[in-house]
Amino acid sequence: MAILEIVQLKKAFGGVQALDGIDLAVDQGEIVSVIGPNGAGKTSFFNVITGYFSPDSGQILFQGLEISGHQPHEITELGIARTFQNVRLFPNMTVLENVMVAQHCRTSSGVISTLLNTPSHRREEQEIEENAKEVLSFFGDRLKGYRWNQPAYVLSYANRRRLEVARAMATGPQLILLDEPTAGMNPKETAELTALIRQLRDEKGFTIVLIEHEMRVVRDVSDRVVVLDHGVKIAEGDFATVSSDPDVIEAYLGRPAEATNE
Amino acid sequence: MTDTLDRAHTTSELTPDPVDWSKVQRWGAYAGLTLAFIAATGMTLTFHQRMIIAPWLTMGAVSMAWVPVVYGYIAASRPTPDGEDHYQPAERELIAGGVTGLLSGLFVSLFIVIIDQFDLTEVFSKTGQPLVDLLTFGKPLGVACLLWVMGLGLLGLFGGALHIFSKTIRRVLSWAALGVLGVAMLELVITNLLDGLSLDWLVDWIYAINGGVTSIAAIVIGVAFGTIGYFRGDTTLHERRLERMALDPSVLRQKNRWAIAMVIIAVIVVPMFAGNLTNELLSNVGLFVLMGLGLNIVVGYAGMLDLGYVAFFAVGAYTTAILTSANSPYWSPELTLNFLKPEGWIILGVVIIVAAIAGIFVGTPVIRMRGDYLAIVTLGFGEMVRILFLSDWLAPYFGGAQGIRPVPSAEIGPVVIEGTNSQSIFYLVAFFCAIAIYVAWRLEKSRTGRAWTALREDEDVAEAMGINTTASKLTAFVAGAILASFAGMIFAVKVGSVFPNSFKLLVSIVVLVVVIVGGMGSIPGVIIGAVVLIGVLGGPTQPGLLQEFGEYKLLIYGVILVVMMLKRPEGLWPSLRRQHELRHDEMSQDAWLTGESELTGDVPEDEAGGTVLTDDVAVVEDDEL
Repeated sequence: MAILEIVQLKKAFGGVQALDGIDLAVDQGEIVSVIGPNGAGKTSFFNVITGYFSPDSGQILFQGLEISGHQPHEITELGIARTFQNVRLFPNMTVLENVMVAQHCRTSSGVISTLLNTPSHRREEQEIEENAKEVLSFFGDRLKGYRWNQPAYVLSYANRRRLEVARAMATGPQLILLDEPTAGMNPKETAELTALIRQLRDEKGFTIVLIEHEMRVVRDVSDRVVVLDHGVKIAEGDFATVSSDPDVIEAYLGRPAEATNE
Repeated sequence: MTDTLDRAHTTSELTPDPVDWSKVQRWGAYAGLTLAFIAATGMTLTFHQRMIIAPWLTMGAVSMAWVPVVYGYIAASRPTPDGEDHYQPAERELIAGGVTGLLSGLFVSLFIVIIDQFDLTEVFSKTGQPLVDLLTFGKPLGVACLLWVMGLGLLGLFGGALHIFSKTIRRVLSWAALGVLGVAMLELVITNLLDGLSLDWLVDWIYAINGGVTSIAAIVIGVAFGTIGYFRGDTTLHERRLERMALDPSVLRQKNRWAIAMVIIAVIVVPMFAGNLTNELLSNVGLFVLMGLGLNIVVGYAGMLDLGYVAFFAVGAYTTAILTSANSPYWSPELTLNFLKPEGWIILGVVIIVAAIAGIFVGTPVIRMRGDYLAIVTLGFGEMVRILFLSDWLAPYFGGAQGIRPVPSAEIGPVVIEGTNSQSIFYLVAFFCAIAIYVAWRLEKSRTGRAWTALREDEDVAEAMGINTTASKLTAFVAGAILASFAGMIFAVKVGSVFPNSFKLLVSIVVLVVVIVGGMGSIPGVIIGAVVLIGVLGGPTQPGLLQEFGEYKLLIYGVILVVMMLKRPEGLWPSLRRQHELRHDEMSQDAWLTGESELTGDVPEDEAGGTVLTDDVAVVEDDEL
């Protein structure tokens, strides 16, 4: 059953048609990679799904519910989490706080109960903290112990990426959108993260859509690959099919030499 | 061969550094301009009326004398390369300091000649004959100039010589000097306090009849403070803070609990013995603490620069006045602010509700704006509220320029709280401050507070984390508004009347300065900020401890703000988070080291060397959006 169903999605910025009628269905428990050359509209695609931009036309159905036009925080609450292409943590909050704040929409304690320090508020605070620690323990020793109370900006680049994933997990999603999760990582870290993405699906049961440039990651991790170019879906299928598709090769490398010679 | 090398090494160590002449010139000029500025604004003349050490040192002299010492010290300082701790300051420092002083002396002489020869009173009204007389010491112009050059040269020399003294001596000297200065400047309050304790004899011994400490007392006080300075050790505040951070959390909590208990006891006990004057000062401080804590929620926690904060202060004051005053033009329910009767609580409830509505009313339209735009729009709203209260259109309801008077006093059973009895006002203020502190403290580390911090750090991402930014911002606005309205309520009772002119833009700015100077996002910071600015210098309309500064209050505010922004942007008592933010490198080093120490024995697990680096070494750059 499709958890996310996108029908004829269009979005233009001025004269630029960033998304030009995209159709996509993502099944529960699938890992789908979205690839495409720079400027193909991949990040705009994510931004429209998560409510940062509202689409000009088309439908976005999440678990059968139309979500286009909703506020980003409402969409997060419905169960779509995301990470950002250029890591955007809350740099001056601690690692633990970063993950705690991500549980905002799953918790409810307000000003009054905070001020009265009601038992339910105290219980909730404790749950938030325990839950945050549990989410962080998913990354082994990377984000544990003394790291909990370090501000996020002291983390290494790879750890920042990991923390961003942790934060997305903590929002309690069904579907996670990862925007270039391995950008800027070295081969070893990339391999580790690839394994982690699989784990996210296999152990935690998240459905994952990721934008990725690193073809090795795409090959290793995806059940299905979708190629965008100029806001249009030009190919879809498993990695082998897509990577030999002439349209895809053309989008990445330009026209074949003999074609231009004619 | 080795011999030559050694000798070369030794000589390079012994050759004193050349004096950095461009620095000396620069600081000499700065010193001269500062002195001319202080004299031209009339500070020297005004402060000359006030004795520091009777009968020979006036505050006017102090206001000039510190300049060559401090600037000379700065001009003579040199950057110490890491590991070079064997450097022995000598003539170089003396020369640099002395020349800086001489240069400033030349500037001052030039200034004296100019104001003597030309009439500048149209531009600088204070530069008339009295100033010339004061600056020339009643001597011929040439002699006076020579005296200035020599005197300032000597003071500059002293400033440079400070480098030669050991750290301990420097500390003892500065403690002694600041101690004497402090005791002399705080004459009013100390007298007031000691009188309250019926220690009149001590007052007579410390202070001369015409003000200022006596010479003998000055020596005793200097020695006393010097001794304190001597035993204080030379850890900096920052180091002490790091030490505290390294403490065991339970020990730290224990220590904090003691400190808080002491403060509470002091707040309860001190006003009992303090006279009216001290209590008046303390209640002014309290009012600004209350407002500062409210604004701190909006600016410090949620990161929204609100320049119209005074609007909520005004709303609280007017609501109280309308509910209690018999003379309010339209509605006059004439309730009494008696906290032992339901009436008092009704008033409090109405004030809270009206403030919350005002918060939503002002908040809703501006909530979609960010940064500078938000600041400008709130600025507009703040002025609008004042002008509405002032307007003829609403005069039938709010009394226009006449305002509403009288506002009756508050009561708690038989105890009357009125403006003339500042002790009672102080306890009322302190009670509400306690509430504000509790509110700020609770909210900071809660779900709501974390959402505010996230908003401040990155609004877009906060939204992706499921935070309803509109609701969160409104909550902050309303919480801030309610605290300000409490301040307004007390203010109305304290002054006994409300006028639109009490709610000028300046109030918003002063509250903001209190928050910034104290330390944004930090509760003790706001309190310290209010004590320093409102208590010592005075509020927008309230006189401070140093009443002589009254005229120059805003000038000094400005100077403090500039110096703080340059030297200590995180505030006097910063919140840890702000300190992180503004002292990135230092703190990340510390954090890294802490991590390192806990990892002892944990050899990097990786064979590919690069990975270890990327993974365990702190990356300090900022994330660009």
